[in-house]
Amino acid sequence: MGLRQSLTTEQSLDTNLTAEDKALFKHAKNIQQILKGVKTVAMVGLSNKPERPSNFVASYLLSEGYNVIPVNPRADEILGQKSYPDLKSIPVPIDVVDIFRAPAACDAIVDEVIEVGAKAVWLQLGVINRNAANAALDAGLTVVMDACMKIEHGRYNGSLHLVGMNTGIISARRAKVGLG
Amino acid sequence: MSNKKDFGFETKMLHAGHIPDAVTGARAVPIYQTTSYVFDSPDKAAQLFELKQYGNIYTRINNPTTAVFEERMAALENGTGALATASGMAAQFTTLMTLLRPGDEVVASSHLYGGTYTQLEHTMKQLHVKVHFVDPTDIKNWQAAINNKTKALYGETIGNPKGSILDIEKVGALAASHSIPLIIDSTFASPYLCRPLDHGANIVVHSATKFIGGHGNSIGGVIVADGKFDFTNYPSIADPTASYHNLKFFETFGEYGFLMKARTVTLRDTGACISPFNAFLLIQGLETLSLRMDRHVKNALAVATFLKEHPQVAWVNYAGLPDNPFHDLAKKYVPKGPGAVFSFGLKKGSGDVREKGKKFIESLDLFSHLANIGDARSLVIHPASTTHQQLSNAELEKAGVGPELIRLSVGLETIEDLLWDLDKALQQSNL
Ligand SMILES: Cc1ncc(COP(=O)(O)O)c(C=O)c1O
Repeated sequence: MGLRQSLTTEQSLDTNLTAEDKALFKHAKNIQQILKGVKTVAMVGLSNKPERPSNFVASYLLSEGYNVIPVNPRADEILGQKSYPDLKSIPVPIDVVDIFRAPAACDAIVDEVIEVGAKAVWLQLGVINRNAANAALDAGLTVVMDACMKIEHGRYNGSLHLVGMNTGIISARRAKVGLG
Repeated sequence: MSNKKDFGFETKMLHAGHIPDAVTGARAVPIYQTTSYVFDSPDKAAQLFELKQYGNIYTRINNPTTAVFEERMAALENGTGALATASGMAAQFTTLMTLLRPGDEVVASSHLYGGTYTQLEHTMKQLHVKVHFVDPTDIKNWQAAINNKTKALYGETIGNPKGSILDIEKVGALAASHSIPLIIDSTFASPYLCRPLDHGANIVVHSATKFIGGHGNSIGGVIVADGKFDFTNYPSIADPTASYHNLKFFETFGEYGFLMKARTVTLRDTGACISPFNAFLLIQGLETLSLRMDRHVKNALAVATFLKEHPQVAWVNYAGLPDNPFHDLAKKYVPKGPGAVFSFGLKKGSGDVREKGKKFIESLDLFSHLANIGDARSLVIHPASTTHQQLSNAELEKAGVGPELIRLSVGLETIEDLLWDLDKALQQSNL
């Protein structure tokens, strides 16, 4: 799960957010803080269908050593992990909630995130709800919006680079052994 | 933790895509001359094959040396990512194979490299893709050729053979208004002279064989995507892909959707991958790209100006000359100079001008007579006695390459020596 400590980028090629939004909700420091600092990720809207993007992300995060807790009322178990109907039913502390739901559903979900005391909330790529994101900010949470946990993790551990993508990372320092 | 700004072009040229090696500390980019990579575990291998992890699988799909070339090109073109291919032709073909389905149509500029024209006209026809060629200089021609089957627009930054400059912003706006991507071949410009994605193109392709490699030693190509095009209603990228358990590339990979499909479906299945050693040589080329291009355009302008004044020369087609019809577009899209490849016409004397062309070529000592462009050395070709020799004079005129046409790719030699060589050959061929 190690990330390249010294490397950061402010670059995001995504077009959906304004520069102001990006400074708030797609900040490299926040992204790295979450990726490095968390262990338990609750995924709201995680699908049990293997071809769905959420399933891709969950399977990636599991193989990178995170605890993934599915939140999906229509499933008992996803990728071998017990699924819960909502955040409140999860019996262990949650570090970050990754939301794979329609933007309109996010206000209620963020209220729940605040209630269960998670430290961070992450709205997946394409999930944009400024009202919900601002509510989480006001409650003191670290917030990321319109970004993919798998892509961002890949950006900083070097694997996104291996498929030719522009990570925006420039550094003349020696990389760390393994993932640093 | 630095709040780093965007780095400059030259910095990216030298650093983007490569961090000094973790194990050895090697500063230069290592050449990973390997076909394949040992998997950590069967589970990790399965993750890789299902695209649930990004990583090395097999060099037909990706390679760590090639990845440096790809990320560097993406950074230089201000793109979201890149895919390297065996050649420029393969870059174009991979792009079209990824985007198009049988029955789709393309509208393309008629000012294209001859090989590209053949690929679009004949090979695409075999795949049931119809390409409409239009005079690119009037946007109305593009507009008129678009219909509900049109799935891409295609042009060159600096077009063959007339050196015309494409109004990328106009064509890009038209493409956007029809929700279709604009593909630009920017081989003649290189990312140093023009970055089409900044002007509204969605995909850039290059023959890296030319200025990117810069030394005439490696064939290669590259595709760069902007990551901004919305493929939501574009079936080939949005719809489920049968060979990956119905994965939807756009939904799953977002801004990387097109490139991931190009790599893991098209390149995997058509096999036109680049060799890691060629990727290494192209990286070496990129590290001096700005310096070479500055000199290329400086020499090209000096040669064009000299020829323009020469009594044995009928005309010069270089958009860098102030009286050229494309000079204003050149100032906008290639402000540092419109490349180093252009054509000029020998003055028709009393004899056969085709023979005069041959004699001119034979009289040169520094310009290499060959079919390529973008070498550090100066190159020359006379189409009427080589690539187009089977055509009659009338057919040549119709194709826009008359029997008097000479094409130059101006290199980095001492300018006085180049002018000396041209002057001498012009005198000697004055039959
Ligand atoms: C403008 C242009 N595009 C594409 C190509 C094809 O590239 P390659 O020879 O690398 O396949 C060429 C090569 O001559 C070219 O000049």
